[in-house]
Amino acid sequence: MIDIKGLRAGIGEREILKGIDLHVGAGEVHAVMGPNGSGKSTLAQVLAGNPAYEVLDGTVTYKGEDLLSLEPEVRAQKGIFLAFQYPIEIPGVTNAYFLRSAYNEIRKAKGEEEIDPLDFLDLIDEKIKLVNMDPAMLNRSVNTGFSGGEKKRNEILQMAVLQPTLSILDETDSGLDIDALRTVAEGVNKLRRPDNATIVVTHYQRLLNYIVPDYVHVLANGRIVRSGGKELALELEDKGYDWVLDAA
Amino acid sequence: MIDVLTQAPDSPEVGRAGAPIALIKDDPRVASYTSLFERTVHAAEPEWLDTLRRDAIQRFTQLGFPTTKDEDWHFTSVAPITSHAFNTVYGPSVPSRSAITLEELRPFLFGEDWHTLVFVNGLFVPALSRSELVAGEYYVGSFSEALATIPSIVEQHLTGLAAHQTSAFTALNMAFLQDGAVIALRPNVIVDRPIHLLFVTDANANGALISPRSIILADHHSDVTVVESYVSMSSATYFTNAVTEVSLSPGSRVRHYKVQRESTAAYHVASSYAYQQNDSQYESFSFAIGADLSRTNISTVLDGPGAHATINGLYMVDGTQTVDHQTHIEHVKENCTSHEVYKGVLDDAAHAVFNGKVYVHPEAQKTDGKQSNNNLLLSDRAHVDTKPQLEIFADDVKCTHGATVGRLDETALFYLKSRGVSTELARRLLTYAFAAGVLEELTIDAIRTRLEHLTFQRFGVDA
Repeated sequence: MIDIKGLRAGIGEREILKGIDLHVGAGEVHAVMGPNGSGKSTLAQVLAGNPAYEVLDGTVTYKGEDLLSLEPEVRAQKGIFLAFQYPIEIPGVTNAYFLRSAYNEIRKAKGEEEIDPLDFLDLIDEKIKLVNMDPAMLNRSVNTGFSGGEKKRNEILQMAVLQPTLSILDETDSGLDIDALRTVAEGVNKLRRPDNATIVVTHYQRLLNYIVPDYVHVLANGRIVRSGGKELALELEDKGYDWVLDAA
Repeated sequence: MIDVLTQAPDSPEVGRAGAPIALIKDDPRVASYTSLFERTVHAAEPEWLDTLRRDAIQRFTQLGFPTTKDEDWHFTSVAPITSHAFNTVYGPSVPSRSAITLEELRPFLFGEDWHTLVFVNGLFVPALSRSELVAGEYYVGSFSEALATIPSIVEQHLTGLAAHQTSAFTALNMAFLQDGAVIALRPNVIVDRPIHLLFVTDANANGALISPRSIILADHHSDVTVVESYVSMSSATYFTNAVTEVSLSPGSRVRHYKVQRESTAAYHVASSYAYQQNDSQYESFSFAIGADLSRTNISTVLDGPGAHATINGLYMVDGTQTVDHQTHIEHVKENCTSHEVYKGVLDDAAHAVFNGKVYVHPEAQKTDGKQSNNNLLLSDRAHVDTKPQLEIFADDVKCTHGATVGRLDETALFYLKSRGVSTELARRLLTYAFAAGVLEELTIDAIRTRLEHLTFQRFGVDA
């Protein structure tokens, strides 16, 4: 599905990713773990196309296409979804309007008809149950005044509506209490299909109790220093990051 | 019918006997109006009104048009207005004004059940209007009607608050006053539906000077909502020069909204003068998206303890439009509050001016004044001159002010685009979001919804 080779990227003069190689196949869940400042979030942002980051070298092939040459909205239209670590507040634009706009833009890009507002309500009614969100939140401004947990639920609601093929969850567990974490993880699990894939970026292992990865990668100082199965996450939880950093 | 309306004193700024000013009647731009004044024939009207007109044209001749050397006009040149020789549309040569149908006006109406006074090219058209007088409670009528039915009220209040001595445009309005509205409320009367004054122009307005004058008199503990709309139904070039006087007696509440969407071939100057007694509430909103050049002056004097003023506005301009707002909030007595938020969005080579003065007199202790002006620039060629000003002569007050000029937030743009939203739509959504914040404060749903819709439309997003 996605093939990352020798990816180097940074902000301004500062190089953050120093050569990442990662292959994610359809139906797989990959966890990218690592200490603060290791470049986890940068990797997520670069894949989504944040113009604040500059790609210095390397290639990213997504479904056979050069991902790095595509605008962020085109990446989204082709099935890339980034659940933000810090979702952005947009006062004045209702959640419902935002979701419908995004949904329709993606349909238009695929050459499909825009959805009727009433049909969209039916669709959203079904999806909102998935993340156990209060339907009243749909009429509120996007993320505005939402609690940390509500913002994360809202990210997963967007994911449920837009049905991406590659989802990147950036620190989705941060700021969540255990109930919210469970709800969000259940939502993600229900969206798993054999033809889509998920990259879970996280500092802590606890989210991986609920979203069980097929592969775990440890990122340190801009490089993947170790890869393994789900047991690697437990080992990290047990021994901390120093152990793997020292070994590298 | 109305006999107990409060007489509001002159605004402290307004002196009947202005200091002698050098005559600048040699200015051909001024002379064209004095000549027009001599040529203009009015229908029979009371002598006092004729005297007011003559005094006003004389004062206008003394004042002349403001120049960019005047502090209050530093950023806006009136040259686009003075380069035209506008004519009056009344007198013997009244053009056909029945061409506009109610159906054509429907998009500009707020509520079918509202009191609506329609003025076409400055003149009241009863056939298009709808208002029910509630005898003994309140009066809503055109200026010309009021002159016939309640002449003493009109005589008593006309020019009571407006700055005829210091503002050339206000003097000009008095000299050429054609029509407008008079709204008078008796004590404790709550008008159950808003009053819409719809000033519309058609192709016959080409070359016209239109001088609407409205008076709102809210007796103690009365409550009314008045919307002034200025709308073009053609691309005629004309000049609207409006004045509104608003008197708020103790405990009264007036919501006073202005919606300016004239064509970009039109010029618009409007001045409103409010005077507030104790515990009155004045809520002003200026929504300005039209005209080639528009200048809106909003002033209120808080002259009684416990009075509150909300002075908000939203302007959105593009092309080569100029939009200028000048607000003047004067705290005369103690324990008054004023909150002001103006937002602006500018695209292309548009120019906006915001000049907000809050003046706190020595006696006005415990004043709470907040003022802000925020601007969003969508283009490198657009520019804003913003000047929030506080002048405080009391020592125990809480006043803040601030201004910002910014661009669209790149992080928010990326967030929207990362969801598949095109750059174009993302920019429009964020622009709407910026502008909509100040609309949320509007307390009449029908107006808020309509202005939100107009804001969406301004940037091509269909809600």
